[in-house]
Amino acid sequence: MVSEASIWAILLLPLAAFVVIGLVVRPFLNRYAWVSGILLIIALAAALALSVLTLDAVIRSGEPHFEGRQWLDVGGAVIELALLIDPLTAIMLVVVTGVSLMVQIYSLGYMRGDPSYARYFAYMALFTASMLGLVLSANIIVLYAFWELVGVSSYLLIGFWHERPAAAAAAKKAFLITRIGDVGFLIAILYLFLQGDRFAAAGLNPFHIPDIWQAAQPLAAGGAVLGGVGLTWLTLGIFSGAMGKSGQFPLHSWLPDAMEGPTPVSALIHAATMVAAGIFLVARFYPVFQAAQHALTVVALVGGFTALFAATMGLVMNDIKRVMAYSTVSQLGYMMAALGLGAFPAAIFHLVTHASFKALLFMVAGNVNHATGTFNMRYMGGLWRRMPLTYALVLIGGLSLVGIIPFAGFWSKDEILSAAWSDGWHGGGPAALWAGKLTLVFLLTGVLLTAFYTFRMIYMTFHGEFRGGAEQERADLAAEGQPNTGHLGEVHLAESPIFMWFPMVLLGVAAVFSGYLLNPQWVEEFGIPKHWITEFLIEGLKSTPLAGVVHLEVPAFNRWMAAVSTVIALAGIGLASVLYLRRSAASKDPLEAIKPVHALLSRKYFVDELYEDVIVRRSFYNGMVRAVDWVDRVVVDGVVDAIGLVSRNLGPNFLSRFQTGEVQAYGVALTLGSLLILLGFLVF
Amino acid sequence: MTLESMMIVAAIMFCIGLYGSLARRNVLVVLMSLELMFNGVNLTLVALAKYVVPVGIEDNIAAVLTGQVFAVFIITVAAAEVALGLGIVFAMYRNTESVDLANATELRN
Repeated sequence: MVSEASIWAILLLPLAAFVVIGLVVRPFLNRYAWVSGILLIIALAAALALSVLTLDAVIRSGEPHFEGRQWLDVGGAVIELALLIDPLTAIMLVVVTGVSLMVQIYSLGYMRGDPSYARYFAYMALFTASMLGLVLSANIIVLYAFWELVGVSSYLLIGFWHERPAAAAAAKKAFLITRIGDVGFLIAILYLFLQGDRFAAAGLNPFHIPDIWQAAQPLAAGGAVLGGVGLTWLTLGIFSGAMGKSGQFPLHSWLPDAMEGPTPVSALIHAATMVAAGIFLVARFYPVFQAAQHALTVVALVGGFTALFAATMGLVMNDIKRVMAYSTVSQLGYMMAALGLGAFPAAIFHLVTHASFKALLFMVAGNVNHATGTFNMRYMGGLWRRMPLTYALVLIGGLSLVGIIPFAGFWSKDEILSAAWSDGWHGGGPAALWAGKLTLVFLLTGVLLTAFYTFRMIYMTFHGEFRGGAEQERADLAAEGQPNTGHLGEVHLAESPIFMWFPMVLLGVAAVFSGYLLNPQWVEEFGIPKHWITEFLIEGLKSTPLAGVVHLEVPAFNRWMAAVSTVIALAGIGLASVLYLRRSAASKDPLEAIKPVHALLSRKYFVDELYEDVIVRRSFYNGMVRAVDWVDRVVVDGVVDAIGLVSRNLGPNFLSRFQTGEVQAYGVALTLGSLLILLGFLVF
Repeated sequence: MTLESMMIVAAIMFCIGLYGSLARRNVLVVLMSLELMFNGVNLTLVALAKYVVPVGIEDNIAAVLTGQVFAVFIITVAAAEVALGLGIVFAMYRNTESVDLANATELRN
């Protein structure tokens, strides 16, 4: 057993680091800003140790239960500060603290010399702490508060270099688009609040997450408070929040723009905190989603479509971080699809492996940027000779992302694909059979595209001839007469300092081994039981009211699916090799040959134009805003003006006649009035 | 002497006072009329206290005497009010050399 205090400490340590760095180091001791990084790393190392202890305790002695502390009691709605420690939470704690720790160590090197060093680590501490709070809370209101805190801190970090207009715009965009999804989540919470009486009649608290699970179950399991259309809309509301945070279509467009933030921030956002929050949210309410199969159909289709849609845009991007950003959106689509298909443990498994290799890949992008001064892959090339270690790590990360045996991504992606193949897991999955099949098609096509864009990225960056880096790009921009909009650095082709490659090596090890070792497919390995992570997560569901209703089984390793996905992935790699490996430095991108498609993809399907021009400018500015402006000017102003006009004219022209100043006239009026009242009193 | 006749006398006093305070132009007369209204009210209080004693409080001397006590309070307050009123009349006379209310319309409009 772990004590309650030690679990609170996991949340409070990074929070304390935030307070100390933000309120003490930055305002008073900014000369000693280097302390802030060390402080946060110590706090996170301790939090990681406590998280591992918590995970160990949950494995050994089951879920600990702690009494909640009452925070608010609003008209019968009791809001508690309570911890919810189940296998999902325990795994997420380790992932969040672990990846965040690696990112902070990397940041020591990457952010060195930045004038806002202390502010950076303060935001990072807040970001990690909010995510930990989100993972730990057992109350949906508290969860929502941390959810918004994650949004705020991502806003602060994406706009970290706020003196750049692009960064400020990207931060605003991220904040606004995720907020659109959050409105749905908020409505779902309000719906729960309105159902408070029915919850109370069943002896449940509408805000306590295990009680919400209970409420969504059939009558046999002691639930049936929620059901029917209301339940479907409730789950879709929760899902819309998850769509915003996890960048699912059509709310995906903020995530690639979020690349304006510092690269370690992208690593953290894309691996463990921001976008994982959406997947976590759906997983957290999985027993509720399970009872709403139409919502699951939507989740599966949105996830599957996003997986394919984002991958197509990743094909043509020239910015290395944008390729990774679309890759993240696509991989998040895989996780969402897995959730929709009822393969809840597979989604979390993929989240864990993805966290390791995507953080690694972003750090590679950071290293490459350090060496070449740019993110534009057209000015890279041939880096493998100068940066052999980074090259080895990008190969590990890339192969893991593509899903080549035995790297981590293979095992988790295979789990998702076989779930799609077998119509979801028994007892779960979408209502419509065709939805599962369609999702499978999306996902398999996504595998091909993933392999293609990953190796296109590796070949453009590390193979061929070096194409000049930032210096060449600056010269080209000047030659074209364009302003130097970017933030081009200096070229010094060399491996990065130890602070930067040390965490990368650790993540690289995780990206190789975590897939097989977390979920050994055939026999027990090194004391890790067969199907460990899936069994462990299912065990967590069994302690919920869901246990008696659905039967989750772990499907066996699907050899055919593995073979098919491997062949597809190899085909993608082969295609990329043919087109990009032997490409001469000067030639154009081969994909540009298919002009309309290339234009469509590189303009991101005109989604940004659609949102900005059609929705914001046409319907919003010219439609709604105009209408509101008219109502304001004509109706509201008219009423106000009329009231003013009446009172201004009524006084001098009419009422002041009665103000004779003769006390006795007032007395007569007073007396007659009193008599009138008296008369009324006597008559009625 | 019945309660009824006393009430009639009190009502007549009040109405004369009311008429005087609303119709007369001389401030001094108005003040006197006000005094008449006070006394009309006092008379009702005393008369009612004497003739109407609610059942059950006959032994409670404080409760029985409430009307009389009230009347004494009103007399005190009226004295203070007359002092104040006469002060205002003096000030008015000093400024306008008249005690006619028709001239005291400074607050018009």
